[in-house]
Amino acid sequence: MGLLSDPVRRRALARLVLRLNAPLWALPVAWLERTMRSVGLEVYTQSFSRKLPFPDETHERYMVSGTNVYGILRAPRAASTESLVLTVPCGSDSTNSQAVGLLLALAAHFRGQIYWAKDIIFLVTEHDLLGTEAWLEAYHDVNVTGMQSSPLQGRAGAIQAAVALELSSDVVTSLDVAVEGLNGQLPNLDLLNLFQTFCQKGGLLCTLQGKLQPQDWTSLDGPLQGLQTLLLMVLRQASGRPHGSHGLFLRYRVEALTLRGINSFRQYKYDLVAVGKALEGMFRKLNHLLERLHQSFFLYLLPALSRFVSIGLYMPAAGFLLLVLGLKALELWMQLHEAEVGVEEPGGAPGPSVPLPPSQGVGLASLVAPLLISQAMGLALYVLPVLGQHVATQHFPVAEAEAVVLTLLAIYAAGLALPHNTHRVVSTQAPDRGWMALKLVALIYLALQLGCIALTNFSLGFLLATTMVPAAALAKPHGPRTLYAALLVLTSPAATLLGSLFLWRELQEAPLSLAEGWQLFLAALAQGVLEHHTYGALLFPLLSLGLYPCWLLFWNVLFWK
Amino acid sequence: MAAPLALVLVVAVTVRAALFRSSLAEFISERVEVVSPLSSWKRVVEGLSLLDLGVSPYSGAVFHETPLIIYLFHFLIDYAELVFMITDALTAIALYFAIQDFNKVVFKKQKLLLELDQYAPDVAELIRTPMEMRYIPLKVALLQCFPQCYFSCLSDIPVSVPPYLVCPRTPLSPPAAVHTCENEEQGLLDLFLGVCHDVCGKPSGNRLPLLLPSQLLGFHPRSLWLYCWVSPDFKLSCAVKEGLSVPDLTPNIGLFWYFFAEMFEHFSLFFVCVFQINVFFYTIPLAIKLKEHPIFFMFIQIAIIAIFKSYPTVGDVALYMAFFPVWNHLYRFLRNIFVLTCIIIVCSLLFPVLWHLWIYAGSANSNFFYAITLTFNVGQILLISDYFYAFLRREYYLTHGLYLTAKDGTEAMLVLK
Repeated sequence: MGLLSDPVRRRALARLVLRLNAPLWALPVAWLERTMRSVGLEVYTQSFSRKLPFPDETHERYMVSGTNVYGILRAPRAASTESLVLTVPCGSDSTNSQAVGLLLALAAHFRGQIYWAKDIIFLVTEHDLLGTEAWLEAYHDVNVTGMQSSPLQGRAGAIQAAVALELSSDVVTSLDVAVEGLNGQLPNLDLLNLFQTFCQKGGLLCTLQGKLQPQDWTSLDGPLQGLQTLLLMVLRQASGRPHGSHGLFLRYRVEALTLRGINSFRQYKYDLVAVGKALEGMFRKLNHLLERLHQSFFLYLLPALSRFVSIGLYMPAAGFLLLVLGLKALELWMQLHEAEVGVEEPGGAPGPSVPLPPSQGVGLASLVAPLLISQAMGLALYVLPVLGQHVATQHFPVAEAEAVVLTLLAIYAAGLALPHNTHRVVSTQAPDRGWMALKLVALIYLALQLGCIALTNFSLGFLLATTMVPAAALAKPHGPRTLYAALLVLTSPAATLLGSLFLWRELQEAPLSLAEGWQLFLAALAQGVLEHHTYGALLFPLLSLGLYPCWLLFWNVLFWK
Repeated sequence: MAAPLALVLVVAVTVRAALFRSSLAEFISERVEVVSPLSSWKRVVEGLSLLDLGVSPYSGAVFHETPLIIYLFHFLIDYAELVFMITDALTAIALYFAIQDFNKVVFKKQKLLLELDQYAPDVAELIRTPMEMRYIPLKVALLQCFPQCYFSCLSDIPVSVPPYLVCPRTPLSPPAAVHTCENEEQGLLDLFLGVCHDVCGKPSGNRLPLLLPSQLLGFHPRSLWLYCWVSPDFKLSCAVKEGLSVPDLTPNIGLFWYFFAEMFEHFSLFFVCVFQINVFFYTIPLAIKLKEHPIFFMFIQIAIIAIFKSYPTVGDVALYMAFFPVWNHLYRFLRNIFVLTCIIIVCSLLFPVLWHLWIYAGSANSNFFYAITLTFNVGQILLISDYFYAFLRREYYLTHGLYLTAKDGTEAMLVLK
């Protein structure tokens, strides 16, 4: 995967670094503290450390530790009950140093004003999102992800809104906004409108996903671009990744956005004063909030920056897809019921005859085995890759991250090859009833899961429903088995992930070749597992513990003898 | 049959022990579907610590259990997990033997009626045999393997506590009552029903009209002396009033909280009465209709209590669902079982999802949660009425024959009026 994927080389480098006794890059904590203090803020630091489940590309070690620095600007005439946050996440290189500069300049400017009614926290975090998560957990006094962090010495009241800033150059051609947060949560639409308003006021170009809004909605180009933006947003929301620091704030009911400065080949460039003015406007507007942002939509899709589709319009689509599953289940129930009644007809003669076996026929007992085995495979898929990485690296010449991903794929494929012939209990009169009962249970299980997923993260639910529902409804042991098998494999969760990666890059107009796509797929798997352990992202557990066992049930139905 | 029962108990105890030790315990013990203000273990601990400080536990609005709980758990608070697990296991055993006895009685009665030629000639397939009834007690004991029972074990005074630990918790009486109904031990029945049903003031299946008024008031005359002996300053009003007047409006899976949250004080007394009448109201008609079938009456009554009481939890639901295997033979007469099962499963899964969306994500509100509550309760009500219909229909077929013909010889349809 990278230069350091060879464990021997990695160990050598680690030893060298230890000998030099110097981290590769660290936040200049002392300088930041001094500068913030000189501006007039109350400065505090927080150290945190986290043991990663496996070392990935960005942090080439298990133990990641760092320091966050934050300064609080106390509101001159208010009681410090509410606050706003301006955060600059600094990664393991200095790509965000311009943003730190802007943050300090803004702090100096804000300090001289008297109209602040809420405290403002200027937060600089190390290791990007890890630092942000550590700070948020310590601020809200919870421990959701197993981070070890020192408690915060200074607090500023309930956070009403937050803005995360990422600038890599000192001139920008446009300001890009990212809304999708962890597990597909979105900020209130009001915040997005606020951003757009102030950009327009300052004459700053604002973009969504790097593209300007289409001006012309009457011809075909505008709507097509809107569709492209919409699909990209669906894919980003479905991935459940926090696309920026703001994604982690959303979990604590703090509306947040990430603003990225883009320096492209456009002719007119804005300097940081324009960006600063837009930010100042936003903060002054947020200062006036009397209550948390709740008036506008929380669930929406954006075809363009100034247009949105609300949940009332797109939820019925998911509802109809799930209705397909429900109707199919009903049909199977009727067939099972008719089979029962048909079987009992000859036995209805009067007179004391031996009563027939209980009418539940294929009782629930025979379904327990396939269900348990599928769930066990799902559990293995969830637990084994991270647990078994050390064993894997000892026996194979791979790095830990690669070991995790390859173990994932191996268990996934092993599930495909697992034949289940649990048809012992099926009565000889109706051999079909075994697979029909199993399919009934699997359909209801799938509908339940997709329903729950669609309620919390609509894009993920919809994406999985569009791929899995047709295959699930069609799966049966009779008929063209290879065709159904191919369809089922193509719509399995892993294949959906692979396909959506290709689609994502296609929509971004940077299409992938097969080899690149495969590499990206492996990287995405590793990222998914890592994010589940570090931030609590739910994609990995949902797919491995929920949808994969369900999909395995349909695979069993397909290969029922 | 001892081995399968022992296996069930071992599995149940192991899962409970594992859950107690895991991180899920704290999470589950806070869920509103599982704990209610009346039965929360946290509140019991709070009440006991108040007692240690010398303050009466009833002085605040926190503790709503009866004094017997205080006296019991005062000494057992360190072993609370063990107590819960043991009582759950004892309940399973009690239910097992109770249902076994019941099955014997049913079979005897059936044989008697067959010999007396009370049944129509063509109802052979409706007659129950010992073969099919063999595994029913075990299936009923599987109550302890329901997830709901695990959850309620973790977080509140468990759904069932055996009769000989005199512990006033609602459904402890079914095993006792089943035993005593069949053994015609009226006095014992009184005592169990009385002592064990007063917390929520809800009577259980009961065919003695004499007990009804005191049940309505929420205590039994014989248990009064017990309370007076146990705790002189027992305020009869405290525990009973809480259940009857519904002052605490924490969301739960019942129907009361939303309605009373948006009601003006002026009208709340009237509507409290109307809502509470729903629990008691069906007792007399059901008693009249089902006077020959006390166990079925008790089952229906427990279900009605679980649906209409002021602070239901999933433990109450699990209790009446444990009795479904006893009425297995009614399966062929149930009309809507598929839809209703789907409704109940879907609603059970949607409860935590919509709670999360309301409280944590902030993108839903109480209406969504209450909608699921309504759907869940409607599903339960339809399920109970379906079982009632199936029961009556089977009884009708037994006495009038399975293949009904109308007066002109064509096949007739049975319609419930």
